[in-house]
Amino acid sequence: MRVLLVDDEEELVTTLSERLALRDIESDWATSGEEGLRLALASHYDWVVLDLKMPGMGGLETLRVIKRQRPDTQVMVLTGHSAEDEFEAVMRAGASHYLLKPLDVDDLIAKMQA
Amino acid sequence: MSLWSRLKPAFWDQSQDQPTQIINYRRLWKSTFGAAVGVALLPVILLGIINYYQFEEQHQLQRAELDHEVQRVIYKTRVSLAYFLEERRSALAYIVRAYSLPELGDSRHLARIFANLKGAFGGFVDLGLITSDGLQKAYVGPYALEGKDYRDQEWYKEVLLRGFHVSDVFMGHRNFPHFVIAVKHECDTCGYYILRATIDTARLNELIATMRLRPSADAFIINDSGVLQTSSRMHGQILSQFSHPLPPPLEQNQVVQARSAGGLPLILGFARIEGSPFTLVMVEQPSLVLARWGLLRINIILLVLASVIAILVVIWRGTTNLVSRLYDADLRRQAVLHQIEYTNKLASIGRLAAGVAHEINNPLAIINEKAGLLKDLITSRDDSPYKERFLASVGSIQNSVKRVSAITHRLLGFARHFSVKIEIIDLELLIEEVLGFLGKEAEYRNVTISTQAQPGMPTIESDRGQLQQVFLNILNNALNAVAQGPNQPGRIDISIHTQADGQAVVAIADNGQGIAPENLERVFEPFFTTKGEQGTGLGLSITYGIVRKLGGQVMVESQLGRGTTFRVVMPLRKTPASANPQAANGQGLGASGGQ
Repeated sequence: MRVLLVDDEEELVTTLSERLALRDIESDWATSGEEGLRLALASHYDWVVLDLKMPGMGGLETLRVIKRQRPDTQVMVLTGHSAEDEFEAVMRAGASHYLLKPLDVDDLIAKMQA
Repeated sequence: MSLWSRLKPAFWDQSQDQPTQIINYRRLWKSTFGAAVGVALLPVILLGIINYYQFEEQHQLQRAELDHEVQRVIYKTRVSLAYFLEERRSALAYIVRAYSLPELGDSRHLARIFANLKGAFGGFVDLGLITSDGLQKAYVGPYALEGKDYRDQEWYKEVLLRGFHVSDVFMGHRNFPHFVIAVKHECDTCGYYILRATIDTARLNELIATMRLRPSADAFIINDSGVLQTSSRMHGQILSQFSHPLPPPLEQNQVVQARSAGGLPLILGFARIEGSPFTLVMVEQPSLVLARWGLLRINIILLVLASVIAILVVIWRGTTNLVSRLYDADLRRQAVLHQIEYTNKLASIGRLAAGVAHEINNPLAIINEKAGLLKDLITSRDDSPYKERFLASVGSIQNSVKRVSAITHRLLGFARHFSVKIEIIDLELLIEEVLGFLGKEAEYRNVTISTQAQPGMPTIESDRGQLQQVFLNILNNALNAVAQGPNQPGRIDISIHTQADGQAVVAIADNGQGIAPENLERVFEPFFTTKGEQGTGLGLSITYGIVRKLGGQVMVESQLGRGTTFRVVMPLRKTPASANPQAANGQGLGASGGQ
């Protein structure tokens, strides 16, 4: 399983990537929406874990492009705060899950493998 | 309870100077009532005044008409009486001239004349001839009066002086009321002689009877001394003294106003009958004649009074009803404004909370992942001598992260406007789950928590996470209240049952310090707290909002020093319009710290 982690908090994605590696899950990471989109379109990922609020290209826009161009890639949205309208927009755009920070990595993996 | 306190409108004692109150209802009621009463009563009062003056005018006219009537009647009767007397006096004068003294002195001849006289004129009782020596020379009548000497009697002297005489009524030795008409005749050969006739007063009574008086009126004849010459129905028997003085000087006809011994007004009509000592008197009682007018006046007064009372009652009720409706509408408006203010407050808090939560959650996620990585690394290398200490420290960090996370999630839950996910919920199990969070806390505070559920308690359809938050808030408050309360050991009793209408009830009763009555109405207001800096004033406000959103009700009863009971009433079946079947990731909304 290949996972792409996209969040403007580099410390978060690098640490998360390392933790996934310890669980034998291959992952790449990006710290902006643009970079994440480029990586997501450049190769195949089973899951993209995508932060919503990022400078530049936001998570929702990135999600829409990924789902349009890579509909088989599943996207899990990660956010620091939840809002009802945001939740609905994300789910309509094709996200599989909507998770609140901070998250539990084992819970994350369980959702990916479910 | 006084009449006023029963009639007083509800708004009367309400404070009139509240800033949110647009209208001064007491003043509005007074001005509306005053204006309506003025408009409604003015025509009635004017009508009453006009009617009063018209009535008075008509009354005076009627009185004047009554005076005229008395005057008219006594005039007509006086003419009849005068004619009666004059007729008889003329008859006697004719006889005394037509017959010679010898003829009149002959008793048989006089008897024939008397018979003819009685046949032509009624009322004659006897007839006698008195010669110049004062002796009754001849007499025809029922008594033996021949030879009677009248020389010293007053009437005889008057006849000599005036040529005729009409006497007062007297009883005489005949013992029945009568009067005398005497006519003097002079002749060259025999000097003079007098023809004297006695007249029965019954003829006078007959003439008075022709007046056809009302039952309220009376008529009779008096003499110059005020002695009744005929009987009266109301003013005494014949020959008794008339109680009212004669009006001096007595004109031919005169009408005067007087009062009876009982104080009633009287109209007295006097008519002097010329050539006699008689005066016809008529007495009318205007108060009886005009009694119907008096009754009419009373009826009008009663009608006006009844109208005034009816108008006042109707206007009172109408005005009170109208202003009360306005007052109720204003109360509802104030409640809506309060609700809007409350909602705005919540929205502001929500935005603030969301911002704060977002800023905290990002570094928190990093801390969480770093701690998780440390744990992963230490776990994967079991040769470290500090493994256990590392794991304990990392566990402590992760627990702290969870605590902070729980707080931020509560804030987010507040900001999320209570989106709803409907599930089938067993309330007993739900309460058990919530108590799982609080078990240690209760144990630490030495509080006993008991749960009693109705056997066969039905499940309900509602949002599990939000209901957990509701009960967590209430139970947290209960624990705090019990810990600070006077009743030790502390106790919280939870009852789960259905009420009469089938709705589910969870009652949470504590024996804590209770809530002061002045605070009881405000416990669900946002930012209202009795905990000072330790409370946010949001817990019960959020609780209230959630329960309402889920279609339920939350109520509180409390007695200071004895404890508080919160009752959460939930419908068994509920599918709110805002229900979201795929709500957020199930990490829960967290519980607020309570008020």
